Amino acid sequence: MASAALPRAHAVGRSYAAPAAVAAAFALSLAFLALPRGTVPAWLLRVPREWVPPLRRWLSAFMDWLVGSASFGLFTFKDLTRAFSALMDWPLWLAKSLLVTGFQLGEGSAAVALTAPVSWLAVILLLTLFAYRLGGRGLAILVFLCFAYLALFGQWESAMVTLSSIVIAVPFGVAGGLALGIWAYRSPRFERALTPLLDVMQTTPVFAYLVPILFLFGFGPVAAMIATIIYAMPPMVRVTILALKQVPEEIKEFGRMVGCSRRQFMWRVLVPTARPALMVGVNQVIMLSLNMVIIASMIGAGGLGYDVLASLRRLDIGAGLEAGLAITLLAIALDRMSQAAAGRSERRRGRQGGASGFDGVMAAALLFALATLWLGLRYPWLARYPEALEISTAPFWDALVRWINVNFFDQLEAFKTTLLVYVLVPVKRFLLAQPWPWVLLLLTLAALRLGGVRLALVVLGFGLFVAFSGFWTKAMITVYLCGLAVIIAALLGIPLGIACGLNARLWRVVEAVIDTLQTLPSFVYLIPVVMLFRVGDFSAMIAVILYAIAPAIRYAAHGVRRVPAHLIEAGRASGCTPRQILLRIRLPLALPEILLGINQTIMLALSMLVITALVGTRDLGQEVYIALTKADVGYGLVAGLSVAAIAMIADRLIGAWAERLRRRFGLQA
Amino acid sequence: MAKGGEVKLACRRLWKVFGPGAEAFLARHGAAPSAEELRAAGLVVAVADAELAVRAGEIFVIMGLSGSGKSTLVRCLSRLVEPSFGEVFFEGRDLLRMPEREMIDIRRHKMGMVFQHFALLPHLTVLDNVAFPLAIQGVERRRREERAREMIALVGLEGKEYHFPRELSGGQQQRVGIARSLAVGPELWFLDEPFSALDPLIRREMQNEFLRLQAVLEKTIVFITHDFDEAIRLADRIAIMQDGRIVQIGTPEELVLRPATPYVAEFTREAPRHKILTARAIMAPVNGSAEFAGEIPAAMKVIELAPMVVDSDKPFLVVENGEPVGMVDRAAVIAVLVGRR
Ligand SMILES: Nc1ncnc2c1ncn2[C@@H]1O[C@H](COP(=O)(O)OP(=O)(O)O)[C@@H](O)[C@H]1O
Ligand SMILES: [Mg+2]
Repeated sequence: MASAALPRAHAVGRSYAAPAAVAAAFALSLAFLALPRGTVPAWLLRVPREWVPPLRRWLSAFMDWLVGSASFGLFTFKDLTRAFSALMDWPLWLAKSLLVTGFQLGEGSAAVALTAPVSWLAVILLLTLFAYRLGGRGLAILVFLCFAYLALFGQWESAMVTLSSIVIAVPFGVAGGLALGIWAYRSPRFERALTPLLDVMQTTPVFAYLVPILFLFGFGPVAAMIATIIYAMPPMVRVTILALKQVPEEIKEFGRMVGCSRRQFMWRVLVPTARPALMVGVNQVIMLSLNMVIIASMIGAGGLGYDVLASLRRLDIGAGLEAGLAITLLAIALDRMSQAAAGRSERRRGRQGGASGFDGVMAAALLFALATLWLGLRYPWLARYPEALEISTAPFWDALVRWINVNFFDQLEAFKTTLLVYVLVPVKRFLLAQPWPWVLLLLTLAALRLGGVRLALVVLGFGLFVAFSGFWTKAMITVYLCGLAVIIAALLGIPLGIACGLNARLWRVVEAVIDTLQTLPSFVYLIPVVMLFRVGDFSAMIAVILYAIAPAIRYAAHGVRRVPAHLIEAGRASGCTPRQILLRIRLPLALPEILLGINQTIMLALSMLVITALVGTRDLGQEVYIALTKADVGYGLVAGLSVAAIAMIADRLIGAWAERLRRRFGLQA
Repeated sequence: MAKGGEVKLACRRLWKVFGPGAEAFLARHGAAPSAEELRAAGLVVAVADAELAVRAGEIFVIMGLSGSGKSTLVRCLSRLVEPSFGEVFFEGRDLLRMPEREMIDIRRHKMGMVFQHFALLPHLTVLDNVAFPLAIQGVERRRREERAREMIALVGLEGKEYHFPRELSGGQQQRVGIARSLAVGPELWFLDEPFSALDPLIRREMQNEFLRLQAVLEKTIVFITHDFDEAIRLADRIAIMQDGRIVQIGTPEELVLRPATPYVAEFTREAPRHKILTARAIMAPVNGSAEFAGEIPAAMKVIELAPMVVDSDKPFLVVENGEPVGMVDRAAVIAVLVGRR
């Protein structure tokens, strides 16, 4: 294998041809900007409408056909989606009845309450005890505080709506991901078919598939939950495939040697052995489901997401902040609990000895929870946290925003305007001045050089898709916003990451901060930004930077730390100064990793960019968002797939570049 | 010399070649391709034309450097890896023609395997790990745990039943691996470099333990190692592998006395000859006029006879089946001890 890869790897001598070519291309691009308006024919700046294949219409027509007349003989497609809805609806109803509404007889205003919901007191108690069992006192305190916040700040009911859909969506996501992953593990052919699909799913902005889901399942919590599951499942599939493959060969041989059947082999050998790795996937599903909370509320999820969305639309910063914080705390509590569950050793299981006293306490708490179903009817303060005891910080935040805007308006405005005038606008104009064939040519040449003919064809294919989607201009605006955000994130994040790589103490602090930042749903980033800079490209860019900077830091730190110790020692032994060691040894060797961090940053930036459509950008995200409000399936899908295409071009190019560097340095992937 | 009688496990013209189209390639070349032809086809040979016969009750060691194909060979013998060409016989039946169901049955009841890196299930306790093969067969809990406890006692791990593998040292983990592979009472026992991952001192202890177990159990054993000293200590017979081929099969003594190739000679050069050679190998023809200090059996190792012979001025008579077959004197023994032969 290695011998096959070698012939291509050797021809990487130091030459100045490549930098010269890049400089020449850049000069030419600048020339396009300098040309007076009208010199470049319009059809070169955007593909004329007549040339755009009617992909949107076909997609819309296909959906119409699917919903309207597709039939599988015994039942129609519509029956299928209805059945599916019903299947999801039932557990969701159960969870909501338990946590939010109580069980009722009848519908709407005529409903008679049979029970109250489980009391907030009982929920907090149970979760705290459970957290104690999973992770000890520290976790119990954390979980208690998070949920106490929900009650104290009047977020309880919304939070329980959100929690009940999470509680149902996560098992579906995990089970579905596990099933697909196992299938792919067993059948390489299925895996080959699945991988590109997963790539597309993970790079297509969520909004894009909200549209068809809305179309198929209608507006409401079930549709929202299906969207959540689809969004949260791909990482579980990937993690499952990887985790099963990573089970040591010897353990697999052992399983066959003792004569396991196929099922025994999977469920008694592979899955339990892979459990720690699989739990990482479960954690991902939980986090992504929470990330989806606000977006899902656009198609009817309700709950905290809806509260945030509504206050964002009203520019009611205080309320938005409180609801956003509630989502964040929910995310942190669930994240830490699932991580504790993953890390918990099976020490207890298997050890002999019966139920401990703690099990008794748990059982008692469970009984109490059940009892509150009826007690809540008698004592309303049990069913619902008393409003009189609620506190709100919203007025405080509103006052703070007002104060900042009154006292710092000029400075903030100057900052914003300077960046807009000297950076954002010129970059935007530069990109919009580029003829599309020229951009495609440059991308293809870059791909050819970095990864060969195959990569070049792939990149050209994606590029042509974007050009002929009819969204070229919007795509360039996307590239401009995303590109600038990524560059700034890299300029800030990489040096910080390098510093962290050199200083373990700094890294501990920074890691804790970015871990927390990454549990925030993307929407939450919008709130403070809008607070300070109001809506527009600038706010969008700041939010994107905040959201996407974490991987740039993380990968740079890892890359610097992972440089093999013997190389550092060799450098020191040959008399390098610390500075030389950093510049000559650590950084070059860390470069592939840093590139992968940038790649992640780009992916996050693109996904965030779509969300910033809410604060009034004019890019592809906005198109997808428009499609959502108009329920125009074809329009939304094509715009969404264009974002995916941009993401994949960036991903493939950077991946190839990193690979090339690795090979040059003789590093393992 | 050879232990046991009937052949338990054998293979003929066995090949394992990795790469696309390996089977067709071998069939095309009549299972005798040259090294050039293989290289030209871009195939990796792991086992080439292996032929061996393991007798019931013997310890058959396969020795070779890493990458020489030992692991692949045993995996072909247990059909964990499907051979590209050839035949494997277990108790006279061709394993490669056997339907999967029967193969599973044989693996469940008649074969056990110990792995280099232990291959313990991380989520199960020692007890559950050892009982696992029985659980797979559907043996009910009480019976299988009883059996597992017996096995744990056999390998000296009482008291560790409820520990998890990660809480044990390497040596202890391998004891669990051994106990587990013995739980089903296999007749054929494969051990793939079972002690290679252990520290030298522990390795030595485990080798002794292994010999002790085998004295009790009398399994038919295929033992893999890359360590010639280990091979000599344990083996009844040794097969030496080089680049996928078995270059020689013989008792340690045969290998030392008559290495088939320079490669084998290279291994045996540093071998502790006094522990390998027997009286038969160093004796001289009986000189009619000599007086003897006593008699020694022909199969006695030099290390055992050396104290007597060196202390005596007179030679000893070597006897086999009551007949005198030669004599050994002080000079012959000293020649071995100082490494002159
Ligand atoms: N699954 C496989 N695919 C390709 N080549 C393999 C595979 N397994 C083993 N080999 C090759 O077969 C040869 C023998 O390997 P192995 O049997 O593991 O040797 P040993 O156990 O003696 O160290 C090696 O060259 C190895 O690279
Ligand atoms: Mg091996």
